[in-house]
Amino acid sequence: MEQAIELRGVVKRYGPITAVDGLDLSVPEGTCVGLLGPNGAGKSTTMRLLTAQAIADEGELAVLGYRLPGESKVARAECGVVPQNDNLDTSLTVEQNLLVFAYLYRVPRRERQAAIERTLEIANLQERRTAKVDELSGGMRRRLLVARALVHRPRLVLLDEPTVGLDPQVRQQLWALIDALRTEGVSILMSTHYIEEAERLADTVVIMSHGRAVATGPPRELIREHTGGEAVEVYGPPTKLAEVEEDARRSGIQTRRTGTSITLLNVNGDHPGEGERRPANLEDVFVLLTGEEIA
Amino acid sequence: MTTAEVSPAPPARRRRLGRLERPALAGVLMREIVNFSSYWRGTTFSATVEPTIYLLAFGFGFGSLVSQVGGFRYVEFVGTGTVATAVLFSSVFPGMFSTFVKYEFQRTYDAILAAPVDTEELVTGEALWIAMRAGVYGNTPMLVAIVFGLDPSWGMLVVPLVCFVTGYGWACFGISIAAFMKSIENFSYVTSAVITPLFLVAGTFFPISRLPEWAQIAANVNPLYHCVQLVRDAVFGLWSWDDVGHEGGILMFGLLMWRVAIVGMQRKLIN
Repeated sequence: MEQAIELRGVVKRYGPITAVDGLDLSVPEGTCVGLLGPNGAGKSTTMRLLTAQAIADEGELAVLGYRLPGESKVARAECGVVPQNDNLDTSLTVEQNLLVFAYLYRVPRRERQAAIERTLEIANLQERRTAKVDELSGGMRRRLLVARALVHRPRLVLLDEPTVGLDPQVRQQLWALIDALRTEGVSILMSTHYIEEAERLADTVVIMSHGRAVATGPPRELIREHTGGEAVEVYGPPTKLAEVEEDARRSGIQTRRTGTSITLLNVNGDHPGEGERRPANLEDVFVLLTGEEIA
Repeated sequence: MTTAEVSPAPPARRRRLGRLERPALAGVLMREIVNFSSYWRGTTFSATVEPTIYLLAFGFGFGSLVSQVGGFRYVEFVGTGTVATAVLFSSVFPGMFSTFVKYEFQRTYDAILAAPVDTEELVTGEALWIAMRAGVYGNTPMLVAIVFGLDPSWGMLVVPLVCFVTGYGWACFGISIAAFMKSIENFSYVTSAVITPLFLVAGTFFPISRLPEWAQIAANVNPLYHCVQLVRDAVFGLWSWDDVGHEGGILMFGLLMWRVAIVGMQRKLIN
């Protein structure tokens, strides 16, 4: 299968900090890959590397078959980018924002109006086309931000934390939008630290930690492989939780804290003690692989 | 069946887009033009009113004390000189402040550079846009001076071009400042230490021939001085070989600052 994105051994340093540390990453054409990792794992730097707004110190990068950074401009012409921070032109109308991007992405003159209409429809903003961005709600702004990246029918869309800071309703609207893109065969790389988002949308999840891919695979496989598919959750007062944790450690069972409870992983039904059985989820994998400590 | 059909040539894909492409520049310019439609009133107001105030204040203030300066009536002298002031104000400040705001606060440049636009095209497009505005707004003092007695001449038709070239250099100067300064507060150093002296010692309000010799020599590296000279020579039809030098002065300045601005913004935006 053709790869929409192919990174091999990519390293990016900022002074003493190594933001990306030997990253391998593949996005097969037509699939959605979720880049999952805690803050500071190197997700945003990876996104910037893909548009050559950051230049890698080591490694090989190819986007849509073009080598970066040398051929990045051609690659960018076929990519859509949804940034983490809203950078819409706030004093312009919805339509004007799309028009500007139709120019920046070289949509031919005779197709411009149709492209704007199509993207307005994608964002469901036809009614608000003449509204200034300032007047839009947070959800509308974010929909416009996504739609703006689609005016030129990109083959690959890069989404950097597309739903960060949005309420659940708005998040679901965006998920529907992203899912629709995938159905159309657009390749997607989406960074997120919302586990549910990756689990729902991504064909493949890449878990990043300290600038590296620590696990790659479809969500279900990752769960089976790293947690055994089932988890046991034990509730109780802190002293009891500490005991359970200690016991588990002695018998070689992996655990994670879930705030008010302890989750025992990889128990595979042979755990004799108390606790609620539940299917393991991607969050268990995530915490297991990226560590419990928050840097 | 021909051999060509058996083994078709691989589709010719352009691997690399060129530098300074027209569509990229057009994209950057279009963004500015569309944005301009939302704020042109304020900009036009200040670009028109400011030089008019200078003209009135100096023209009538000094004009009542001195009737002739360097062989011109004072209103003619100031009316042509403040063209350079208008160009300076309408190019260096947008270059400094809008650039800084666009990359630091609005993150506009992140969005533009994610599109098929390079830093070189971004800087060039932005500078061209500011220069176009300077090419228009630069004429306002001259037009106001016509109302106060400056005689219209054919040479005035060259003035927008002079304003454009000078404005391009100052826009790039402003962009460079924005690129190399860490915070917007530092801009005041540049405004007080560089822009104000250059603006005063350009032969705008008084001829530099009255200054000490070292200052006259120093004026030659002031692009505004060359702009002022070109404007006067154009308006009064006093063309001489000196103007080739003046023209060279503003072109060199523009070219130099253009490259500096690109290097600076490249450092700032691509990391």
